[in-house]
Amino acid sequence: MNAIEKNTIPGAGFSEEIRERVLQVLETVPDPEVPVLSVIDLGVVRKVDVRENENKEWEVQLAVTPTYTGCPAIDVMKINMRMALLEAGFKNIGITETLSPAWTTDWMSESGKQKLKAYGIAAPHYKQLVCTPDSFQEEEAVQCPLCNSYHTRLVSQFGSTACKALYQCNDCKEPFDYFKCH
Amino acid sequence: MADTNLINYTLHLADNALILGHRNSEWCGHGPILEQDIAVSNIALDCIGQARNFYQYAAQLTGNGATEDSLAYLRDVTEFKNCLLVELPNGDWGQTILRQFFFSTYQYFLYQQLQNSSDQQIAAIAEKALKEVTYHVRWSSEWVIRLGDGTEESRQRMLHAVDELWSFTGEMFIPAHYEPSPAETGTGIDLASVKNKWTEKITAVFEEATLPVPPADTWMQTGGKQGRHTEHLGFILAEMQFLQRSYPNAEW
Repeated sequence: MNAIEKNTIPGAGFSEEIRERVLQVLETVPDPEVPVLSVIDLGVVRKVDVRENENKEWEVQLAVTPTYTGCPAIDVMKINMRMALLEAGFKNIGITETLSPAWTTDWMSESGKQKLKAYGIAAPHYKQLVCTPDSFQEEEAVQCPLCNSYHTRLVSQFGSTACKALYQCNDCKEPFDYFKCH
Repeated sequence: MADTNLINYTLHLADNALILGHRNSEWCGHGPILEQDIAVSNIALDCIGQARNFYQYAAQLTGNGATEDSLAYLRDVTEFKNCLLVELPNGDWGQTILRQFFFSTYQYFLYQQLQNSSDQQIAAIAEKALKEVTYHVRWSSEWVIRLGDGTEESRQRMLHAVDELWSFTGEMFIPAHYEPSPAETGTGIDLASVKNKWTEKITAVFEEATLPVPPADTWMQTGGKQGRHTEHLGFILAEMQFLQRSYPNAEW
């Protein structure tokens, strides 16, 4: 589901081990707006290529995609990914941005969804149920992350960040964020 | 340097998104209730994100050291190619909502076509933005219905908003000389089809909102796409470009 593309054909100058190491480092880089998720959990890392250059140094090429077009977090994520890789000893790092295919919450990892819930944010559904512009539609059965009730209501389609909607639980009355399907 | 028409068309798409985003950002801290203040600010953010993507592409096509910032902050009024509709003052909440509904619906059908553009970067930006615009259409149409079919006061305000804005909707569907025609590219945009779908959507929502759809033969304002703007754009740019003009190359 959260497949990260690797263009490099394993062979001379390629190491699956090094690539795994890069992924481990990226696992430690949080989304600045939802810090309980790593950039890998969020699914914004679309490609990880590693290659050994002529100086016998590892080159890392990443492609990342923004969640929402105007999401200001993407620039911070790119800086933090670079910093983390530098700290881990990688010197040659290239990060490019891709727009297509457009990011979708389907790329969020399973562990990411669990972490979100524990953090008090309802995780996105597997499939976007209301993807048309028709008025007054609501996602069915958004679960309250606090009391697990499905008896909840939409307060606003727009929340504290571009990727979230505001909900309230009708049972425990807790207001909560829903990481909306995209 | 790339094809001038493509640069101008990309700038037109960018300017529409930037100016509408700027207008919406004026509501930040002034929305009628907190949730809607956040909603309109979110939409402003989406619009400015779209603008950045289009400006970055236009800068790449232009070359000569152009950047997204130089295109947004150092061009003058007559060089802006946005539709007049997006530069109009916010008016009251009803007028802001109606402008958003008119324009988001237009963007929705336009981007649907653009995501199949033969130009890969424009297609990618449209594909990405379409997901967000879907939310904008849903949100703004719900407000048009709520206010149109609401209290006597809200209804009067919506009728006033329709009067104020309707004559600015025609321009969206009149192609400028730099707009790609379907015949030209095979995958270009077909504004006549966008117009039909737009009219259908507006009619359906107005019906639910109990608002009358103005006659199709209303005289329409034009000029924005060619750089002939209302006096309002100058004031927007004066505010938006003040820092870069007064302190050239200032950085955050």
